Amino acid sequence: MKPVNHDGGQRLVARDDLDQLLGAITRRGFRLIGPAVRDGAIVYDDISSAADLPAGWTDEQDGGRYRLRRREDAALFGYTVGPQSWKKYLFPATSVIWRQDRSGAGAGPGTAAEPAEPEPPLAFIGVRPCDLHAIAIQDRVFLGGEHIDPVYAALREGAFLVAVNCGQAGGTCFCVSMDAGPRAESGFDLALTELMDGGRHRFLVEVGTRRGADVLGEVPSQPVGRADTEAAAHVTEQTAASMGRRLDTGGLKDLLYDNFDHPRWDTVAQRCLTCANCTMVCPTCFCFSVDEVTGLAGAPAGQQRSWDSCFTLDHSLLHGGPVRASSRSRYRQWMTHKLATWIDQFGTPGCVGCGRCITWCPAGIDITEEAAAIRAGAGDSAGAPGGHSGEGATRGGSRGNA
Amino acid sequence: METLEHELRSHPFVGDLEPAYLALLAGCAENVEFWPGTFLFREGAPADRCYLLREGKVALEIAALGRGPLIVQTLGAGEVAGFSWLLEPHRWQFDGQALEPVRAVALDGPCVRAKCEQDPRLGFELMRRFAHLATGRLQSTRLRLLDVYGTSHAAPR
Amino acid sequence: MLRPADQVTRGQPWPSRQLWPVVATRPESHDTVTLELEPPAPFTFEPGQFTMLYVPGVGEVPISVSGDPAVTGLVQQTVRDVGMVTHALGTRQPGDQVGVRGPYGTCWPLAGAEGGDVLVVAGGAGLPPLRPALYRLLAHRERYQRIILLYGARTPADLLFTGELAAWRSRFDLDVQVTVDAAATDWRGDVGVVPDLIGRAPFDPAATTAFMVGPEVMMRFTIRALTRAGVPDERIFLSAERNMHCAAAMCGHCQIGPFFVCRDGPVFSYRALGPWLRRREA
Repeated sequence: MKPVNHDGGQRLVARDDLDQLLGAITRRGFRLIGPAVRDGAIVYDDISSAADLPAGWTDEQDGGRYRLRRREDAALFGYTVGPQSWKKYLFPATSVIWRQDRSGAGAGPGTAAEPAEPEPPLAFIGVRPCDLHAIAIQDRVFLGGEHIDPVYAALREGAFLVAVNCGQAGGTCFCVSMDAGPRAESGFDLALTELMDGGRHRFLVEVGTRRGADVLGEVPSQPVGRADTEAAAHVTEQTAASMGRRLDTGGLKDLLYDNFDHPRWDTVAQRCLTCANCTMVCPTCFCFSVDEVTGLAGAPAGQQRSWDSCFTLDHSLLHGGPVRASSRSRYRQWMTHKLATWIDQFGTPGCVGCGRCITWCPAGIDITEEAAAIRAGAGDSAGAPGGHSGEGATRGGSRGNA
Repeated sequence: METLEHELRSHPFVGDLEPAYLALLAGCAENVEFWPGTFLFREGAPADRCYLLREGKVALEIAALGRGPLIVQTLGAGEVAGFSWLLEPHRWQFDGQALEPVRAVALDGPCVRAKCEQDPRLGFELMRRFAHLATGRLQSTRLRLLDVYGTSHAAPR
Repeated sequence: MLRPADQVTRGQPWPSRQLWPVVATRPESHDTVTLELEPPAPFTFEPGQFTMLYVPGVGEVPISVSGDPAVTGLVQQTVRDVGMVTHALGTRQPGDQVGVRGPYGTCWPLAGAEGGDVLVVAGGAGLPPLRPALYRLLAHRERYQRIILLYGARTPADLLFTGELAAWRSRFDLDVQVTVDAAATDWRGDVGVVPDLIGRAPFDPAATTAFMVGPEVMMRFTIRALTRAGVPDERIFLSAERNMHCAAAMCGHCQIGPFFVCRDGPVFSYRALGPWLRRREA
């Protein structure tokens, strides 16, 4: 095998040699997780080879709408994102976080639960740039503070990330607005750009880490020429130019802080079912509840962590009642957290523009449209009873080409 | 010996009235003292004076059948005991008992009312102050009505 | 200023806890108990901080540490029975084990109050988180001008720490005013609300720091009284409360706007928290 450059080195890998790449990863003991078609959607699941990938499939997405459609070509990564994100694996929906010592009630110090046997480390195949950013955002939440989450840390440590740059923008995508794509810049071991020009089907592979370079070194590959670089750049440029949605982030934090009583919150509250779909599909939402798992028939008591959502009434329960009782306040909490207070908490917005919340909202509520409506009617929320220029305005995120 | 005017001037309730009005009020005023356990006024009796408290503590109480007297408010130095003289039917609503030795300036109700009739501006100034006082008592009562220290009845966890 | 200097929990897995034995229990009122717990090693905390107390099989709740911060061999935590977990905690007996992790959160900025008057204002179950502050203030009495404790409760039977209250009232360097919402005539204290005590307390608003804990409504009214008296927002500190699960700024439940009460609180300056408290359903 030819020697390969580390950190930014690039090679071309033929589509048919992709299994060699996956094999090199598997040989290192990783469990491969990648996209697969199931139940009418592209989800993340265990895969064993390139044959498991959704070749020739793409998705059509809009507010409250997701359909798979056959492509005219055999692109392996010709879709955008499905309802799941990588938090399914890094931040599992339920985990045991503490178990009482087996030696009996009250004996011994309890510690965070260790896995029974060490699980194989995870390799994620096909991480979209928006999702790379989302992983980095959750890293900051679970690992970047004064305390760490041991379950997340164990799963995240050593996870091998193979990113895939986006060859098309989805109907609800706005990663460009959030500076989170459509090109992967960092945070990956390898990044692929699928090239299907000139009748060839190959991948331009960029190296992000030393172990990524080692893996690539075991795969047949060609040097990258200028035409190939340009082809890859063209792919992502064209994707960037065709975003399905747009979110104006200028002064967004202060805009939301200053418009806590904007009438738009009432408008969206009439549509929002507080079903929590958006928080489940969102790759950065991190709220979880800690519940007691009572010991039955001699089994030790323990604590379990499960996904929670600020849309539930229980989320803000205090002294027998919720602080945020109205659906209006809960929608506002979610959106203000995602786009504003997150910045004060963690230094960046919590949104990566993946569009999942728009696609999977049964009411088709669109976060970009809500933000634009608040911006349009901003300053009118100072108590004037109606007649706002922004009231009912559906001047929202632009659809189609940005 | 302090004059009544001086004592009125040093009481926060009327102290900022112009000197002419203080002199007028002094004509309706006298110094009074109450030993602990004695009553400044009794529920139901004719209410004909107002007490500007200078020292001590007064409890506003109501006798409840089978429960003994309940204190609804205590008042201390710088405060005012007694509104009932101001408006019909001029009857005390509560008992007012001295809990500690009380020294106060008592203002005679009919005397003050007559002076207010003669000089409506004096009337307005006194009414304004009483309205402010009453609002404060109302806030205090409402806050207690909210029973904020009570236990919540739903058990979340 | 609100963050304690040394936090041994840095970088630790957040669910790490140890089981401490209950050494003694003391009933404070009909629904409140003080637990005395024995830590496995000397335990230090700053006044205002809390721990997460865990009863295996029942659950876990945040409870303020309520004892003397100078005492490291025994930890006092005062629990009011308002739910399943607090009921279980309140009925622990000496010898029972309780899971403990912490201390967490911000502390009362006592150093910043030096040289001026200090108003300690407690409503109902708000006195336990302030008791450690009083111990610290009295331990360094010479650093402060007037120290005034204003304490309100529902009835005389609901008053907590009556032993300490009596001791504090007998001091000449501490002004203690207690008021209740209603009382029978055997009560010689005040009857009225805490905000009314503010108007009568002898402090210099220009040089006063106020530390306050109580039900949110009571705190709002009290802050109004303090503001009317001339105490600036940045010298008013309060302890906030929210639903808490992790105490590690991760589970998201305790947020008030951008603040995690478990990390940026529970002690906040009113200047920082005020705008969010004034937003309804924030």
